[in-house]
Amino acid sequence: MTNSLENMPLWLAIIISAFILLGGFLTLVGMIGLVRLRSFYERIHAPTLGTSWGTGSIVVASMILFTWLESRPVFHEILIGVFVTITTPVTLMLLARAVLYRDWAEGDEKSPLLKSQQKPPKE
Amino acid sequence: MSAILISWSILISQAAIALAMVLATTRMLRGPRAQDRVLALDALYVCGMLQLVLFGMRTGTVIYFETALIIGILGFVSTVALGKFLMRGEVIE
Amino acid sequence: MSRIFPYPLLIVSLIGMWLLLTDFTPGQLILGIIVSLLAAQGLHSLQPSTPRLRRWDLIPKLIGLVLLDIIRSNIAVVRLILTEGHNKRNSGFVSIPLELKDPTALAILSVIVTSTPGTAWLDYSDSRGVLMIHVFDLVDEQDWIDLIKNQYEHLLMEIFE
Repeated sequence: MTNSLENMPLWLAIIISAFILLGGFLTLVGMIGLVRLRSFYERIHAPTLGTSWGTGSIVVASMILFTWLESRPVFHEILIGVFVTITTPVTLMLLARAVLYRDWAEGDEKSPLLKSQQKPPKE
Repeated sequence: MSAILISWSILISQAAIALAMVLATTRMLRGPRAQDRVLALDALYVCGMLQLVLFGMRTGTVIYFETALIIGILGFVSTVALGKFLMRGEVIE
Repeated sequence: MSRIFPYPLLIVSLIGMWLLLTDFTPGQLILGIIVSLLAAQGLHSLQPSTPRLRRWDLIPKLIGLVLLDIIRSNIAVVRLILTEGHNKRNSGFVSIPLELKDPTALAILSVIVTSTPGTAWLDYSDSRGVLMIHVFDLVDEQDWIDLIKNQYEHLLMEIFE
């Protein structure tokens, strides 16, 4: 480790800090939304803030920081970004479809499946 | 100067994410239904992962990266399993 | 050739991931190649449908479009969540008839729709070809139908079909 935080140029430090703060802020706003929004279908939008650019900017900040600290390109954090981008849609879709099915099976009036004239299964 | 700037912004961001974790836990405890809890748990996993990445940056070691990756994978698998369970009442069909 | 290298894209990305997780040394490269070839053989025995890419050159355009869209909707959703209660916001379901049939292209479309804050992919009916999404800030249904159809479906159809 040849470089240290002390001799890092200020402009680089500002860029890294901006990315870090942006990531923390976006994640926090997403969770505020998770608590404040009223229905499940609205709440499902909130965590994507944290998983899209929230994770993205923290990962970018980490990549820049370790590239500087170790004086060689460090890219492995990008795996976290790629992984989160691929998996979040899968989990949210599975969850959304499960909720659609549950609302439909219970005959909830707000369920969009009932509006398209599909009858729930008879128990 | 740079070191102070970076360590403070990491600290602020860690505090923000810690608060986010508290909020996610609130939603998980409040519900009202199972799907809200599962969504909150998934969000909590993501927050925990980001917290570890930030922790790694704070200490300047790359070891936390692998932990963060494992937490991400565990979060994905458990949310998928819970989503399947909510859909059909069983995990393996 | 295609028996030894059934999925070139998968093999290349697996080798890349192996090298990222370990070290960029020749030894790890050989090990990574062996592991990813074995993994590709394993996938081959499952016989998934092989995606056919027709237009490689349009992929960077798609990625750029998605990144811009994510930034734009991030800002919009942050504004909406922070001003929640001060403004009247209408969220609702939108049904979109799709002409896209290729499963890989549909999977990519679902990733795009869900990872953009503000839209969530709910259900796709295979037989009717109708996609249902939930929109966080719904002003005009037709706007969203146009956005998905003209921007993404068109591009994905050009790439895959």
